[in-house]
Amino acid sequence: MTENKKKVAAYWASSCGGCDVALLGLHEKIVDLLENAEIVFWPAATDFKYDDLKGYPDDEIDITFFNGGIRTDENEEIANLLRKKSKTLVAYGSCAAQGGIPGLANMSSREELLETVYTKTPTTHNPEGLIPSEVSTRDGVELRLPGLQERVRSLEQAVDVDFFIPGCPPPPNLTQKFLGALLEGELPEKGSVFAGERTVCDECDREWKGKSISEVRRPHEVEIDPDVCLLDQGIICMGPATRSGCGAGCPEVNVPCKGCFGPPAKVDDQGTEMLNSLASILQVGEEGKGLEEERNILSGLRDPIGSFYTYSLPSSIFGGRVDDGGKDE
Amino acid sequence: MEFEPELVGFLCKWCSSAGADLAGVSRRQYPSNLVPVTVNCSGRVDASFILKAFKDGADGVLVSGCHPGDCHYTSGNYKAWRRVAMVKRALEEFGVNPSRLRLEWVSATEGDKFASVVEEFTGEIRELGPGPFNHD
Amino acid sequence: MGSKPRVGVFVCHCGENIAGSVDVAKLAEEAVGLEDVVFATDYEYMCSDPGQNKIVEAVDEEGLNGVVVAACSPSMHEETFRNVVEDSGLNRYRCEIANIREQCSWVHRNGGTSPTSKALKIIKGAVQKVKRNIPLEPVEMDHSDKCLVIGGGVSGIQAALDVAEAGNEVILVEKEPTIGGHMAQLSETFPTLDCSQCILTPKMVQVSRHPDIELMTYSEVREVSGFVGNYRVTIEKKPTYVDPDACNLCGDCEDVCPVEVSDEFDEGLSTRKAIHIPFSQAVPSSYTLDEDACLGLNPLCCTECSDACDADAVNYDESSQFVEEEVGAIVVATGYDLYPKEEMGEYGAGSYQDVVDGLEFERMLSATGPTGGEVRRPSDGEVPNNVVFIQCSGSRDPENHNPYCSKICCMYTAKHAKLYKESVPDGNAYVFYIDIRAGGKEYEEFIQEVQEEERVLYLKGKVSKLEEVDGSLRVTGVDQTIGEKVEIDADLVVLAQSIIPSDRAEEVSKQLNLNLGPNGFYKEAHPKLRPVESIGGGVFFAGAGQAPKDIPDSVSQGSGAAAKAMDLLAKPTLSQDPQVVEIDEERCSGCGLCLGQCPYGALELNSRGIAEVNEILCEGCGTCVSGCPSNSLSLKNQTDEQVNEVIKAYVGD
Repeated sequence: MTENKKKVAAYWASSCGGCDVALLGLHEKIVDLLENAEIVFWPAATDFKYDDLKGYPDDEIDITFFNGGIRTDENEEIANLLRKKSKTLVAYGSCAAQGGIPGLANMSSREELLETVYTKTPTTHNPEGLIPSEVSTRDGVELRLPGLQERVRSLEQAVDVDFFIPGCPPPPNLTQKFLGALLEGELPEKGSVFAGERTVCDECDREWKGKSISEVRRPHEVEIDPDVCLLDQGIICMGPATRSGCGAGCPEVNVPCKGCFGPPAKVDDQGTEMLNSLASILQVGEEGKGLEEERNILSGLRDPIGSFYTYSLPSSIFGGRVDDGGKDE
Repeated sequence: MEFEPELVGFLCKWCSSAGADLAGVSRRQYPSNLVPVTVNCSGRVDASFILKAFKDGADGVLVSGCHPGDCHYTSGNYKAWRRVAMVKRALEEFGVNPSRLRLEWVSATEGDKFASVVEEFTGEIRELGPGPFNHD
Repeated sequence: MGSKPRVGVFVCHCGENIAGSVDVAKLAEEAVGLEDVVFATDYEYMCSDPGQNKIVEAVDEEGLNGVVVAACSPSMHEETFRNVVEDSGLNRYRCEIANIREQCSWVHRNGGTSPTSKALKIIKGAVQKVKRNIPLEPVEMDHSDKCLVIGGGVSGIQAALDVAEAGNEVILVEKEPTIGGHMAQLSETFPTLDCSQCILTPKMVQVSRHPDIELMTYSEVREVSGFVGNYRVTIEKKPTYVDPDACNLCGDCEDVCPVEVSDEFDEGLSTRKAIHIPFSQAVPSSYTLDEDACLGLNPLCCTECSDACDADAVNYDESSQFVEEEVGAIVVATGYDLYPKEEMGEYGAGSYQDVVDGLEFERMLSATGPTGGEVRRPSDGEVPNNVVFIQCSGSRDPENHNPYCSKICCMYTAKHAKLYKESVPDGNAYVFYIDIRAGGKEYEEFIQEVQEEERVLYLKGKVSKLEEVDGSLRVTGVDQTIGEKVEIDADLVVLAQSIIPSDRAEEVSKQLNLNLGPNGFYKEAHPKLRPVESIGGGVFFAGAGQAPKDIPDSVSQGSGAAAKAMDLLAKPTLSQDPQVVEIDEERCSGCGLCLGQCPYGALELNSRGIAEVNEILCEGCGTCVSGCPSNSLSLKNQTDEQVNEVIKAYVGD
C-alpha cells in the first residue's frame, strides 16, 4: 500500500515553530492522514537528515508544508532543495506566506540585529562584544554557521510556491480541508491562497455603524461594545485589510485582528492599504475642520509598522527599511 | 553628470491639473523633472500609489489638489491630506526622508504657484539626491 | 480590451506650439516601438479636419482599438477627439489625450532633449491607460420637469417667469412674506429713473397669476437631496396666520394691533404692526402675523386682530408646513444684503442716526416710504441742506473690509445725489469717490449729467473720519485733485455700503453642495464661459448672489439661468458620465468603511451586506476606491492598475 500513499514533508524555517505544532493540531485526524500519507521528511517530528532529503529523486515528495520565512542561507538552501524534491510546495503559515513576525526584523539592518541581540539586550553577558561569524576555527577545525541574510523574505520571494495556507498558525480546519482536497485530487489552481476570498469582516459579526472615527485608542483604553466594529470604536483592527478564512475568532473575543491571514486577493500591500484606510476614515469634527489634529493623531501613531505590517512586512511594497541618506530637517 | 530627479505628480483634474494647464497657457517655464498623472480627485490617490512610485524609482512624489473648501468633490482633498500625513509617517519609519513626498493645494487659477511648486520641489529633491529605489 | 490591444498614437505639432520645443517626429518614431502600439504619426494640427481624418483612417486601416492623441490639454479637445473616435466606430472611451502642450512644450521651452523625453513619458502613460480602458455607455436617467427657484427678487422672478412661459412648472420660494426683493424697496432706477415699483409690480403680479408657477412666500428650503434632474426638496412654509384667499386687505387688523416694531421694508426708518403687509402692492397681497413680534400665540395673549377681521382670515392655529417636491433643476437667486454700517468703525459704526446706508436713503426717496418721498433726516425730521455721499464704503478695501468693487454704488450714488437735488434744489450734495465706474448702457452719460447739470460736487478721495460735532456730522476727507484736506459739516451722510451675499447663501450652498468664492458669492462653473452654471450641474445662478449686479444684469442672468434650466428640463433623459465606481461583489465584505467617505451618499450596503453604488449619484471622484481596504471598489477607466502602470511608464526605466 505504501506506493499509493502520498509522500508528505514538513519543514520549519524562520518561524517560531507554532506551525509545526499546528500540523499536530489535527489531533486524531492525523491518524486518518497517516493511512493515506507517508511522512518522508519532517525534522521537528521525525528523525530525518538533510542527506536523506538530498538522496531523494526530484519530485519524489508529493507535498511539502514549508513554514517560516527565509532568514538564513540554510533556510534558502533547504527551500531550494525541497522545491526540487516536491511536486507541490505549500507556504504554510504567515511566515512562509508573507514573511510573518520575524519579517519585522527588516526594519533593522543585519548588523544592527546582530549587535542588538549579542551585545545590547539586558540579559546578554558579552563583555568582549563578540559577534558570531559565519566561519570560525577552533582547535584547527573550521566551523561554519549558516549565514544570516540581509533581509527576511517570504518563501515565494525565494522559490516558486504552489499554494499558500496563511495563518499564525493556520487553523486546523483549513489544513484539514487542504489535505482533503489533496487526497481527493481537487486542489485549486496553482498560486491559490487556501483561505477565504473576502476579508475578516465577512466572518465578523460586529457592525460598522459610524461614518468615521475621531480617535485611535488601544484596546485596554476602551470598554469594548461586543456588537460594534472595533475600528468604529477607535481600535486598530486589521480585519478590513485581511483575508478571510480564519472565522474571525479574534474580534469575536474583543481582540483586534492583527492581520495574520495576509492581504485579501486584490491587495498586494496589506499594511499600506490599512494605513490608507485608517487615514481615510479618521475625522475630527466636521470634515475639513480638524485637519491639524487629524495629522497629529496619524503622525503620532505608535509603531505604525509593527501595527500594520505585523505579518506582512517582507512582502510589502518596501519590504522593510530602506536606505535614503538624509532625514527630515 | 548632475543628478536629475525623477518626480511623479498626482494632480487632481479640476484644480491642480487645470493650474498646470494655466502655467502652460501663461508660458511659465519650470523644470521638466515632474511628470503629471491626472486623477479625478486628490482623494483618488491611494497610499500604495505613492509607495509604488518610490518603489519604481521615483525620487519624489507630489500630490496636488484643490484648496481646502474648494474640492470639486467637496472632501476628497481632506482624505488626501490625511493619507499623505499617514504616508509621511510611514516613510519616516521606513527610513525615507518624508520631504520626498509633498502635498500642495493648487487651484485652477494658480498656474504660477504650480510652476513654483515644481521648481522648488525639483530643487529640494536634487539636494536630497536619489530616492530609496533609484539605483540607476 | 478583449482582443489584443492595437493602439495608435497621433502626435500633434500644434503648429510651433508643440513642435517648437518638442521633437514630434521622434515622438512618433519612439511611440511605434512601444508595446501594443501598432501605428504612430505626427501631424501639424490634429484637431483640423485632415488631422481628424487621419485618426478615422488609421482606426479603419490599422484596426486600432485604442487611440492616444498627444496634443493640448484634455480640457481643450478631449471631447473633439472622443467624438472622432466614436465616428470611426470605436467606443469614445478608447481615446486618451496625452497633454504635451500645456503641461510640456509650453513650459519647457529651454529646448534640449528634456521636453521631448517628458512628452514621451506622458505618451507612454497614456498608452498604458488607453489599452486598459473599457468601453462605456452613458448612464441614462429620467428627470423631473419641474424647476425650483430660490429667491423672489427680480432675477428670481425673471427666471421663474421665463421657465414657466416655456411650459415647465416652477416652484418659487421666497423667505419673506412678499416677492420683490430689494428692488421693491428702491425709489427710482438708474439711469432712466423709472419708478422701481412701477416696473416691478406688474412682474410680481404676473408671477402670482401664472398657472405654472407655484409661489411659496414666507418659505425656506430646508433640505435638498438627490442630484441633477432629480432633486428632492423639503420646503418649510412658515405660518402667516392669515388665509391669503380670505384676506381682503381691509387693514382692520393692522389698526387694532397693539404691537409696533421696526419696519424692515423701510429699513427701520418707520414702524409696523405685528400683523402687517410689507407694502401695499405686496404679492401675495395678504397680511402676515409676525409671530416673533406678536404678544403671544402660545398661549394666546391677544386676539385683537382676529376679532377685528370680518373676513375670518386670521387663524392662530396655523403651524409650519413641510412640503416635499421633486424638481429637475434649481435656480438660485438668493440675492444680496448690504454690508452692515456697524462694520464701519471709521464712519461711526452705525451709532450716528443721520448716517444712513443706500437702502435707507432709497426708502427716504420713495414716494411710498416713511417720509413720503421727502428727504428728511432720521434724527429730527429736518430737511438736510448738506448731504455727503461716501462711495466704496466697505468695498475696495482689502485691509479693513471687502476687497471687491460692489459695482452698482457709483451709479446709485449719482442717482441719489440727483434725486436729492431734485427734492432739495438749494441743498448741497457732495460725493466722495475713489473712481467712477460707469460701465453700462447710458451710465456714463448719466454720471456726466449729474456732475454737470445737477451741480453735485464730486470729490476724488477717501473719507478718513466721520464724527458728530455740534449736532452735525463733520466729514473729514481728502480731495486728491487739489491734494488738500476737506472738511464738510453735513446734515446727512449716505454710505454706499458694499454689496455682500445674502445671509442665506451659506446655508443654500451647503444644501446644494455649491462652492462659494472667497467673498462668499456663489462660484460659477467657469467665470467666463459658464457664468450661470454651478460646477455640479443642475443648479444655476441668477442675480447678485453670484456677484454684485445691477437690475439689468440681474434680469439678464435670471433669463440666462432660466434658459439653462429649460435646456436641462427639455431633454428627454439626462445622461451621466459613466466613469463611475464599480464594486467587486466577490470581494467586498461589507466592512462599511467606504460609506462615510462618499460625499454624495452614493454607497450603501445592500441586503447581502455588501456595498452597492448608485451610478446616478456617483460623481466618480474615486475617493472611496482608494479608501477601500480590500480594493473591492474600482473606478472605471481609472483603476489602480491603470494608475500604477502609468507611474511605471514614467519612472520605470
